[in-house]
Formats: sequence, C-alpha cells, structure tokens
Amino acid sequence: MYDFFHNTNIGLVILTFIEALALLVPLLIGVAYLTYAERKVLAAMQLRKGPNVVGPFGLWQPFADALKMLMKETIIPSGSNRLLFLMAPMLTFALAMVAWAVIPVDDGWVGADINVGILYLFAISSLGVYGIIIAGWASNSKYAFLGAMRSAAQMVSYEVSMGFVLVTVLLCVGSLNLSDIVRAQHTVWFCVPLFPMFIVFFISALAETNRSPFDLPEGESEIVAGFFVEYSSMSFALFFLGEYANMFLMSALTTILFLGGWLAPFNVEPFTWIPGVIWFILKICVVLFVFLWVRATFPRYRYDQLMRLGWKVFLPLSLLWLVITAGALMAFGWLPNT
Amino acid sequence: MAFLDRTARSLVLGELAAGMWLTLRYFFRPKVTINYPYEKGPISPRFKGEHALRRYPNGEERCIACKLCEAICPAQAITIEAEPREDGSRRTTRYDIDMTKCIYCGLCEEACPVDAIVEGPNFEFATETREELMYNKDKLLENGDRWEPELARRLELDAPYR
Repeated sequence: MYDFFHNTNIGLVILTFIEALALLVPLLIGVAYLTYAERKVLAAMQLRKGPNVVGPFGLWQPFADALKMLMKETIIPSGSNRLLFLMAPMLTFALAMVAWAVIPVDDGWVGADINVGILYLFAISSLGVYGIIIAGWASNSKYAFLGAMRSAAQMVSYEVSMGFVLVTVLLCVGSLNLSDIVRAQHTVWFCVPLFPMFIVFFISALAETNRSPFDLPEGESEIVAGFFVEYSSMSFALFFLGEYANMFLMSALTTILFLGGWLAPFNVEPFTWIPGVIWFILKICVVLFVFLWVRATFPRYRYDQLMRLGWKVFLPLSLLWLVITAGALMAFGWLPNT
Repeated sequence: MAFLDRTARSLVLGELAAGMWLTLRYFFRPKVTINYPYEKGPISPRFKGEHALRRYPNGEERCIACKLCEAICPAQAITIEAEPREDGSRRTTRYDIDMTKCIYCGLCEEACPVDAIVEGPNFEFATETREELMYNKDKLLENGDRWEPELARRLELDAPYR
C-alpha cells in the first residue's frame, strides 16, 4: 500500500488528490461557518441576535444561503466580456484555494513543504488582485470599474509594507520555509519581540483582504458592491467564498508568522497534550474573531486616508523596524544560521 | 511638541483600543431583539389597531347609528346607513370601514358616545387581497366578539385619562 502511494505515478496522483481534499473540504466548511460567525458576531456587538431560525441557533443558515445561491440564475450583462466575466470569479476562488498548499497545519502536516513557501504565498496573494481587476473591467459597469481600480491600488500599496514585515520575520528565522518559521518560535512567539510589526501586519492583512475598515473596493454605501455589482448566483458565490477563504489564509499566515503556528502557548504538560492542529485552528479562530470585531467597531476609511496610511505611515514604520531588527541581530550576534 | 505628542498618541493606537473595548463590552450585553412572531413587544392600552364594533353584555349591539364617527373620519373611510328596526330602535343597516383608507387616528373611537366603535390591540390583520380589507358590519361585530375581554380591559385602563 505504502509502495503504491509513494512510488507509482497513479498512486501519487491519488494521494495528492486525497491530501488536497482533506485540507479543502474542512476549509470550505470553515468558510461557510465564517459567514455565519460574522453575522453572529456583528449582531451581538450591535445588540441583535443574528440568524437563529434555520436549525438550532441558526446553524444551517450557511447551507440555506449556499442552496439559494445555487438555485439562482447567472446573469451575464450584455455589454460584458463573457469569457473574462466568467473567468474572474474562478480565478479569485482558485487562487484562494491554491495558496493553502504550503500552509503547515501541524508539524509535517503540509501539502508541499517547499523552501520558498513564503515567497509562494506572497506571489499568490499578489495574483489575487487580477481576479478583481478582470471582474471590474469585464463587467463593463462604472461601479465595478471604480471598485476594481480602488482595490488594485489598495492591494499594491499594502503589499509593500507587508513585504517588509515578512522580511523582518525572515531575518529572525533565516529560512523561507513556513514550517521552519514556526519551529523558530519554539522559545518565544514573534508577536512579542516584533509586536509593532505584528500590528502592522494585521492591519495590512485587513487591507489586503479588502476587509472593513478598508473595504473601499466594495463600499456598499458609495459604489453599491464594487467590483462584483454585476455578479449573481454561483459566480457571486465564488467571489464571496474566495474573499472569505482569503481571510482564512491571512489569519493562518498571521498565526504562522507571529503566533507560533501549531505550537502550544506554553511548552509544559497540559498544553502539549492537545494536538498541534487544534492549537492552529484555535489561533486562526482568534485572529478571525478580531477581523470581525474590527469590522463591528470601525467606520470605513476615506480613499486618501487609506493611501496615506499605507505609504506614509506603514512603509516608513516597517522599513525603520526592519533596519532596527537587522541592526540588533548583528550587534548582539543573534543571527540564525551563522 | 504638540506634533510629537499627537504622533506618539496615534502610534500607540489608544483610541482604536478604546473603541474595540467598547464593542467587546457590547458583545456580552443582553440582546434587545424580540423573536417576533413568537415574542411580542408590550402594547399600550391606547394602541390603535384593527377596528371592532362592541355589544352590550346582553348581546345587543351598542351602535345607535348617530354617524358621528362617519362625520369625524378625516379619511372618509366609514360609510353608515341606518333605519329603524321592527322594535322601533335606531340601528345601522350598513356599517362599512375601508381599512385601506383608514389612517388609524382613533377619532371615530373618540367621537362615539356609546363606546361602540373602538380600535383594538390587533395589528396583525394583513390580507392577500385588497377586497378583504373592505370591512362590513358583520366583520366588525365579529371582531368585537372576538376581542371583547381585551377591549373592555383596555377601556377600563384608559378611563382615568379620558
């Protein structure tokens, strides 16, 4: 059996397929329940109850919504570019899924344990903007176009400071492999020594996933729904899933880079009994809760404020911290792998 | 100096943290949602809902066809026709309210000298057709019979303020 799965081509294909399913199916269910959690958390913070009619505590609500989406008609605007219009949501969704290949869920539990994991993630999340631009352009609608423009500018701006934060972490680890990054936090999680960078990374992650208070691309009150105004039915659902899967991805990345991935908070007996996957999922849930919490708290940024924050605050701040970190590592001889 | 002060303050994110703390406290507060239609909010005894024509305890209808309600109705939603009954008492032969015209001002109730036409506590009388909202005397009397205990209690509760 082992021989079949690891040494024959067909076996390898089947094994890879099973591995991918084992990761993606729980992920998609998680995404479905993230929409439920978002509605519940927002409702609770606004003194409402949230969905509670479909099933116990409204727990079947995500499935009811998904069924509704599937039943609806896909409308393709007559002025749109059909091919690109249908391709954009698929691209967004596929990219959000593909990125999970390198995320280590537990020690050794990773689809592809590659040495450039973080570069791969960075490249995939940069590609995400194409789905949005294509959607905005192919819809041939002014709102969609404005939304796409805003989104492109926003994602590009925040990727720069995010890159510097990543470099700061990489300096402390000495590896681009995500599992190595987690292992390097065995003594202390990076959110402690690199606390300002942790905050910058988290806020950039909000901007990167187009979440409130940086949800200008889809600003409901100004440009209807932004780049996906013209989408309906399953194509809309794909965008929606892609966006929420990206939230998952960004919180997973925050967990891996700053919150010690699958490691237990204290390396002592009762904590180490709990398997790493559970810790990883718990940490992701906490980060996601903060995503929703932020959405319930802050009003939307104005476009120029957004740009100012990205280029005039985060960029110099992360650059400065990068230099300080590098200097400290050199001065005290803490450099890894030397 | 003021510039440094402001910058330092904004870098510490104190105001953002204060906002987050506020929403977190609200997260744990009891919720105000009423689970309608399983739960309903309280209604004042003066609530002006669906109309009803009341009867005396012996079963005789109260309305004496004085037509004060018809006269005062600002939306002209009430139509009354009357003639003497066999026993010589003055009664309505027709008492219609067009509920699509009614503005629920309660003036008919105020005008009535015998507390015959009243607006009850019922606000759930939506219908699927427009015709069903053209109430006639039978419908109004039926409403009165159905809601009488509640109507009497409301009049009693509100009596000190009238």
